[in-house]
Amino acid sequence: MSTMTETSKTSPESQAGGPANAVPLNRTWWERNGRTTSIWAGRAALVVVFVGLWELTGGWLFDISFTSRPSAIWTRLVEWNADGTLWVNSWITLQEIIYGYLLGSFAGALLGFVLASAPTFYKVLDPFIMALYAIPKVALAPLFIVWFGIGMDMKVLLAAVTVFFLVFLNTAAGVREVDRGLIDAVRLMGGGRADIALKVVLPSSMTGMLTGLKVAIPYALIGAVIGELVASNRGLGYLISNSAATFDTAGVFATLVVLSVIAAILNFLVGLLDHRVSRWKPAEARS
Amino acid sequence: MSTLIEVRGLTKRFVKDETGIVALRDFGLEVEKGSFVTVLGRSGCGKSTALNLMSGLLKPTEGTVSYRGDPVTGPRTEISYLTQSDTLMPWRDVRRNIEMPMEISGVSKRERREHAEELIRRVGLTGFERHYPRELSGGMRRRASLARMLAGDPETLLMDEPFGALDAQLRTDLQLELLRLWQGSGKTVVFVTHDIEEALLLGDRVVVLGLLGRRVLDKPIELSRPRDADELRVDPTFVSLHREMTEALREGAR
Repeated sequence: MSTMTETSKTSPESQAGGPANAVPLNRTWWERNGRTTSIWAGRAALVVVFVGLWELTGGWLFDISFTSRPSAIWTRLVEWNADGTLWVNSWITLQEIIYGYLLGSFAGALLGFVLASAPTFYKVLDPFIMALYAIPKVALAPLFIVWFGIGMDMKVLLAAVTVFFLVFLNTAAGVREVDRGLIDAVRLMGGGRADIALKVVLPSSMTGMLTGLKVAIPYALIGAVIGELVASNRGLGYLISNSAATFDTAGVFATLVVLSVIAAILNFLVGLLDHRVSRWKPAEARS
Repeated sequence: MSTLIEVRGLTKRFVKDETGIVALRDFGLEVEKGSFVTVLGRSGCGKSTALNLMSGLLKPTEGTVSYRGDPVTGPRTEISYLTQSDTLMPWRDVRRNIEMPMEISGVSKRERREHAEELIRRVGLTGFERHYPRELSGGMRRRASLARMLAGDPETLLMDEPFGALDAQLRTDLQLELLRLWQGSGKTVVFVTHDIEEALLLGDRVVVLGLLGRRVLDKPIELSRPRDADELRVDPTFVSLHREMTEALREGAR
């Protein structure tokens, strides 16, 4: 046994890194963070230049009744913050996004997992699923209004339908790509169908499911906002169409800013989840 | 000694489009309890198919495999099978991979942990318990697989060219390790390889297979143990056995 322990320390095979050959590096702050810092500095510079040019050129190069200007947008945001418009409407939209996302992704993940586990049945359904997937979800909005009215339900469902297909298809693909060898390994250990499903198929399809969950986030937002644009009296979509109808471009841009902040926060949250779940994957396949 | 595994008239045909492809024809083998049998054959002679059938993963087209007199109809926990490729779960770290067979057979969490620690120490992976398979080298992954196989406490080990992809030095280490684990354990081993030296170094008995699993030669190896690879190379008995095996392999390919 002692020979084995020795080889694990000395042979070049342990190049994958381990306790045996981890060497402390005394790198300076700049060596460690230089790259990240310059990238963020570049991003900040880009924003400053863009906003600066927009502010300065507005009024003589562009007509501000069409393009507005950053200072006007900021003023509008401050006003909306003061009278509560911003928060009431953002909260409505955020709720629609979250409920729609949860509903759609839960149904998509569950159904994707179950259906893909029965390959023949999945084959039968496949063309119908693809046909439904191909329908532009906006086209469903009028129907949903008839069914559910113009309240929040209709937006939640519109977001859910959009999210559902993305999560469903990615989860199903993940399930179908499970390595046969891993399933056999569990069978050899005496594992039954439940063991295979829980200990191999589920973790293995996690990659596909997470891809689905990640790409679906902006679509939940799209679903909710489109629903609001079609028919509503509250929410950020309503704020956009209402501002546009009164030629208030600053209001439109202010809402867009809020929407992109919401999208960025949601992406960040799923990024955290992804990082936790896929720690076992090679670094280059992650991010 | 009694016969533990008995293989009779085993034939396997795979279906591909409209043609059937025969991988193994009328293959037979008896394995004594507690013995170390090496099966030697060139690639494509049906060695892996034979092991897949013996492990119960595949169902034969014709013929039977029986274990202690019972027909084998599916995988069973007394028989463990180390395949050519790694089948460690990539999302489990080394320790949780090794615990897996015990998890499935319902061993309590504490016992599982203890036994896994013990196995990790035995295969020399101490310090790598929390590493994921992709963070390990090929040799370390093999050792983890070996430990996982032993975690199920099988009576019989089926091994399909387990050390084929490793460098020579590591291969020797793991061969010695396997012999050490086997000697005095009462376990039965069927070890498939295409390497004559490996077959002679490990086996009590070497079975040489030709095309479609035809048995060309079946010979007990009476070299004394422990066998040392470097000394064996100049041993006249070994040299003549080596020649005989080479001849048998050539004969089998016809």
